[in-house]
Amino acid sequence: MTYSIEVKNVSKKFDDFVAVDNISFTVTEGEIFAFLGPNGAGKTTSIKMLTTLLEPTSGSVILNGFNVALESDQTRKSFGIVFQDPSLDNDLTAYENMEFHAVLYGVPSSVYKPRIVELLNLVELWDRKDDLVKDFSGGMKRRLEIARGLLHHPRVLFLDEPTLGLDPQTRNKIWEYISNLNKKEHLTVFFTTHYMEEADRVAQRVAIIDHGKIIASGTPIQLKEKTKSATLEDAFLALTGTDIRADNSASMDGMRIRNKLWNK
Amino acid sequence: MKTIYILWLRQLKKYFRSKQRMFASLAQPLLFLFAFGYGFGSVFAKAGDGNYITFLAPGIIAMTVMFTSVFSGIEIISDKQFGFLKETLVAPVSRFNIMLGRTLGGATVACIQGVIIFLITLVAGFHPAVSGLYMAFVFMFMLALFFTAFGTAIASKLDDMQGFPLIINFLVMPLFFLSGALFPVTGLPKVFGMLVRLNPLSYAVDGIRGSLSGVHAFSLSFDFVILAVFAFLFLYIGAELFKRIQA
Ligand SMILES: Nc1ncnc2c1ncn2[C@@H]1O[C@H](COP(=O)(O)OP(=O)(O)OP(=O)(O)O)[C@@H](O)[C@H]1O
Ligand SMILES: [Mg+2]
Repeated sequence: MTYSIEVKNVSKKFDDFVAVDNISFTVTEGEIFAFLGPNGAGKTTSIKMLTTLLEPTSGSVILNGFNVALESDQTRKSFGIVFQDPSLDNDLTAYENMEFHAVLYGVPSSVYKPRIVELLNLVELWDRKDDLVKDFSGGMKRRLEIARGLLHHPRVLFLDEPTLGLDPQTRNKIWEYISNLNKKEHLTVFFTTHYMEEADRVAQRVAIIDHGKIIASGTPIQLKEKTKSATLEDAFLALTGTDIRADNSASMDGMRIRNKLWNK
Repeated sequence: MKTIYILWLRQLKKYFRSKQRMFASLAQPLLFLFAFGYGFGSVFAKAGDGNYITFLAPGIIAMTVMFTSVFSGIEIISDKQFGFLKETLVAPVSRFNIMLGRTLGGATVACIQGVIIFLITLVAGFHPAVSGLYMAFVFMFMLALFFTAFGTAIASKLDDMQGFPLIINFLVMPLFFLSGALFPVTGLPKVFGMLVRLNPLSYAVDGIRGSLSGVHAFSLSFDFVILAVFAFLFLYIGAELFKRIQA
């Protein structure tokens, strides 16, 4: 069995605060894997370490066979990512955002031109391709980010809360595309979400992280059985408790909200 | 190469799309040109220093290039805030190339602004030496690289725009006023004369003025060397600080 992601004893400390505490797990090639946890649990921080944006304080990550710390360029070519926060250039058009990405990833124009047509059609933005992103709705931006993440044919796709703030129609559509790609192209998908029924529906395997530690993992069915719960949401609450997290992420959330306001 | 080109192109597209910014950053130099040009022109002539526009225009051009450059460099902060920076940082492109593409783009934008102001000074009565145009442009471009890299270095260290007015008021403005852009540096009180000499911007102003008007306080080759050294130094510092940005 080949692993797309192998995480061994990874920790991240911000000064004295341990955001991610010695986590280890593997994701098999072609799997859809959900990484769940309350606010401030360390999901985004973990994704940043898996995707070369942040150096772990200790531990090692192998992605698609590449050592993330040592072979960052090969690693970067091999995954796509949709960040939790917006990451488009609002002053460029949808097409220009796509083209910019293709060139940065070294995709030749004979390959990226048809691919952009295909992807923008897939996310139903082709007729808006020449509009500036700043005039897009939140859902349209999200769809564009997903299309962009797939542009360079990544083998693993990271999605950090891809469906946050989207209506049920768009959410279903997005998961439909992604499940399709997973089946047809054997794309490995690693995602986070706070919608438990979404995770239950699409994920083949789930890991639950709380206070930086992985406290449970398995298939959704296994987790439900283990906690004797009817839904994944109940299982999640049974495992992580019902307290609201008084974490120190308030300032970061503040920034996110500011970003959203700015982007209006 | 292509990646540097697309980063450069992005800066230009953003510039041409934001007419507002284009006009806003021309307003201040124009104000200086006309306020000082008409205000001090007669004083200047009486003091026997010749035509003030001929003296002032190169200073105003340098001012435009410098301010626009710092601004272009600082733009990294808004890319950080809007999240776009992450998109470039996860791409399989070296940080150095990202910084270089952006800096070249920012410097090009600053030079375009400089050329626009130059054309306006022609209308205002400036008669430059045509033979010096090429050299003046070289000085402008080095100045632009220097200050775009300078802005990049600062922006790599800041997380939001709140520090920006501080930088402008306490760093960029004093550099500008102590550069000889508005008044001759010869015959200044000793302390000021020293500060002017320590200010790298002075050599850019002097180089541009020397090329266009034939008036200069230092030798042009000396101006060139000093400016080249600072441009490379700040490209290096900017690249180093940019490399350390963690998303
Ligand atoms: N750069 C940073 N400096 C200091 N602390 C940080 C930094 N980034 C994250 N943290 C802290 O690490 C913890 C984990 O944050 P992270 O963003 O990974 O949470 P998350 O699981 O993604 O939460 P959410 O569901 O709200 O997105 C939080 O307490 C946060 O405040
Ligand atoms: Mg998060």
